[in-house]
Amino acid sequence: MPPSSAQLLPGTLDLLILKAVSLGPLHGYGVLLRIGQISDQALLIEQGALYPALFRLVRQGLLSATWGISENNRRAKFYELTTTGRKRLRDETGAWNRLATAMGSALAAQPEEL
Amino acid sequence: MNFAYFRSLAAKFLRPSQTHGEMDEELLSHIQHRADDLERQGLSRSEAERRAHIEFGGQTRFKEECNEALGGNFFETLMQDTRFSLRGLRKSPGFLFVAVITLAFAIAANAVVFGILDGLILRPLNVPQSENLWGSAYGDNPMWQTYPNYLDLRARNHSFEDLAAFKFAFVGLNRGNDASLANGFATTGNYFDVLRIHPYLGRFFNASDEHGPNSAPYVVLSYSYWHRVFLDDRSVLGRTVLLNKHPFTVIGVAPPGFQGTLLFINPDFFMPIVNQEQVDGEPLLNARADPNGVFEAFGHLKPGVTPAQATADVNTVGAFLENTYPKQFGHKTSSLVRQGLTSFGGAARAFVFGLMLLASLILLAACANLGGLFSARAADRSREVALRLALGATAGRILRWLFTEAMLISLAGGTVGLFVGIFLLRELGNWQPFAGAPIHIPISPDPKVYLFALVLALASGFLFALVPARQVRRTDPYQIVKAGSTSRPGRKLAFREILLIVQVTICAVLVTSSMVALLGMMRSLYSNFGFEPHNTVLASLNLNMAGYSGDSVPVMQTRMLHALETIPGIEAAGLVNNYPPLVYLAGRRSHIFKHDATDLRPSNVFFAPYRYDVSPSYFQAAHTALLAGRTFSWHDDKTAPSVAIVNRTFAARMFGSTSNAIGGYFKMEDGTRVQVVGVVEDGRYQNLTEDQQPAVFLSYLQSPLSAAFLIVRSKRDPQQIAAEMRSKLHALDAGLPLDIQTWNNLLHVVQFPSRVATMALGVLGMMGAMLSLTGIFGMAAYSVSRRLKEFGIRLALGARRKNVLEAALGRPVKLLAFGSLAGLVLGILASKVLESIVYQATPRDPLVLAAVIVAMSLLGLLATWIPARRVLSIDPLRLLREE
Repeated sequence: MPPSSAQLLPGTLDLLILKAVSLGPLHGYGVLLRIGQISDQALLIEQGALYPALFRLVRQGLLSATWGISENNRRAKFYELTTTGRKRLRDETGAWNRLATAMGSALAAQPEEL
Repeated sequence: MNFAYFRSLAAKFLRPSQTHGEMDEELLSHIQHRADDLERQGLSRSEAERRAHIEFGGQTRFKEECNEALGGNFFETLMQDTRFSLRGLRKSPGFLFVAVITLAFAIAANAVVFGILDGLILRPLNVPQSENLWGSAYGDNPMWQTYPNYLDLRARNHSFEDLAAFKFAFVGLNRGNDASLANGFATTGNYFDVLRIHPYLGRFFNASDEHGPNSAPYVVLSYSYWHRVFLDDRSVLGRTVLLNKHPFTVIGVAPPGFQGTLLFINPDFFMPIVNQEQVDGEPLLNARADPNGVFEAFGHLKPGVTPAQATADVNTVGAFLENTYPKQFGHKTSSLVRQGLTSFGGAARAFVFGLMLLASLILLAACANLGGLFSARAADRSREVALRLALGATAGRILRWLFTEAMLISLAGGTVGLFVGIFLLRELGNWQPFAGAPIHIPISPDPKVYLFALVLALASGFLFALVPARQVRRTDPYQIVKAGSTSRPGRKLAFREILLIVQVTICAVLVTSSMVALLGMMRSLYSNFGFEPHNTVLASLNLNMAGYSGDSVPVMQTRMLHALETIPGIEAAGLVNNYPPLVYLAGRRSHIFKHDATDLRPSNVFFAPYRYDVSPSYFQAAHTALLAGRTFSWHDDKTAPSVAIVNRTFAARMFGSTSNAIGGYFKMEDGTRVQVVGVVEDGRYQNLTEDQQPAVFLSYLQSPLSAAFLIVRSKRDPQQIAAEMRSKLHALDAGLPLDIQTWNNLLHVVQFPSRVATMALGVLGMMGAMLSLTGIFGMAAYSVSRRLKEFGIRLALGARRKNVLEAALGRPVKLLAFGSLAGLVLGILASKVLESIVYQATPRDPLVLAAVIVAMSLLGLLATWIPARRVLSIDPLRLLREE
């Protein structure tokens, strides 16, 4: 694990997956690559841990899955955002931004500002 | 929950192999894609695939997590857990046995008590709108009241829709071939209409059938009697049967399930109360002062009338009657009671709820013990649990497995307990506690009881699994695998230890009081009752059942006495009207006035002693000692002046002393002046624990009654004597139903409370002992297994086994000793209460002390035996090597 990479906060994996998939249908390995790409390789995910999360999201009806052929010419299962998934992504992104802003300003507080 | 969820569930259940296949394929596809990338970076294909596999991590674990994410694996996991738990339990049969037996005990106790609760209190009378059915405990007595008063209450109250009443009719019933004893109700004509029930066959009698005394010779059979005795014969309608030699026509059969309006007595038949003279032999319905007319009156309250309003209403009528008939009726405050248990209702309810409380305490203690056992087991296996945690099992999964194990045990214990409970309830339901009395206990196991036991078992399984669950949640796998179990025994008392002390204390209380009760019972069997019940055989007979009445009754009774005296080997044969002392709790009292009293109203009564009408030889047959004066002679008949024999208390209270009493006079309630001619020793009359009561004996020739007991005293075998009595009496009148028993047998009724108390205390004491046993065992086993390594080291360093044993078992033994001592003291205090229930129960007996100490020490020895053996068999070398 490179020293610059961040530990994933609990509960953020689902949000990252939703975001990754929202940019276009992806298979599992693709999701992994996309997350690495959009986070500048700062967020690393244990490969196997991805799948329980994917299955959970499908069960919750946030993702749909279909089998297809990948760019490597292999059979793979492709995940796509459902309408509910899209709405959930919007909601959670808003919530996350509010939290991040609040945390940021809280941590940036200087003694003279009090 | 949404559609996608059900689709994934459905796919999983409908095509499980496909789901698993797809999962495998997807994970493999991922690894191939990764390998493709690695290959592009310049690795060989085989090296790339190897690296890809390693990077992916534990496939099995992720697949299991995926499975969980899919949902719906409840049953799959359950089956897995069950298999796993069964395997674990098979490996420790001792633990399994103790756990199942402990729970089975507690569940059986609760099932039985709940069955009693269900039979006595929850299950109403089997009639429509029984919740609105109230009986009025009204008049002088809580139950018995007079017929004219009942009629007035029925006419004058504003609260009841209608009032029905009934009394008992114990008769000889002749179907044409032979007479047998049958127990029925004599009821008012409106009885069935008030109850709103309809006949199974034929018709019921009703109010329009009543046209004065002996106007309605009809009888309705109960379904079970018709089924048992008339063998479901439908042609029984219209047939004539003889009740005490009087013809009655069978007009109907009551519906199945209707057992009359008393829970403790199932009547065989119902007859109109207006015909009571034919079966009782004397009219009992006319006198306002005769409380033998009606046993209980009851009816539905009018809509909108509350029980409180109805009670006030009934009291208003009572006050009116007292004003109108001051000589015949002294009104006491009336109350309303639920139909079925009559005025026993309150006591029965308190008794059953008390039992319920005890039973739930037992269950709670059992749960605590099982929790202790489970902790010990969890501690034993903490390394196994820690290993599983370290290898990636989630804590949730381990908890589920623990709970599965607990549920398996609770199901097994619950099932065993339920079967024991059903068996006991069946026995109780079939039990006729009193020889010759038609009393039974209205209990039968039903689905409610099964459900109750099952729910209770599962709930307690959940409860006792909580204890080890807390332990697992705090488990740090790293620490345990590295160092073994490290927790140190605490100095202060844990909650479980307090519980254990309480438990031991309760157990010791129960053991103490059951010893006290048992010794009291044994002593009371050989104490002086004022008569000697050993070596006697009693025949109960009612000449009215054979058609005798008036003056022919004493004549026939005298002939019978003389016939019995011819049996070889008998010492004496005597007679007592109604019931002898201490039989069926049937004390009859008479109002006695001073010899110069003129106003004989109830409020001027001097006292009301027990009254017995006896033959001259009664005192000899009963072995009642004459202290002064003479006994009766055959000349003390209706033509002679009225004479009486009184007991010492009567003599002392009315005349000051035994010698003053002889020759003294008193007045009966009908104004007769009676002279005292003899004084006999004091005795027990209605029950064993009563205060010393006055009693008066009159000559049966001066106040004849058709119902009597013949007492034969002989040292010969009671069975032979009974047979000879039967044949002698049969020779005089073949149509007279007889019931022959020993006096000792008949005493069972008065001994019933002490027997039940002794039995209940004994059973509860056993259970308490059992629970304390497993409790202490659990604790000792836990403390040993937790510190096994420490003991090994101590032994290796040269400690003596005796010291190690002390360290291991000191605490449980101390708890036991402390609890036992507290229990012994409390038990001796509690025995004061017992004195009112069990005759001659006293805790001031060294035997009690010794027995309790022996019992509790035995218990401690048993409970610590196995853990002690384990400590003694520690092999330090092996233990340390394993760690």
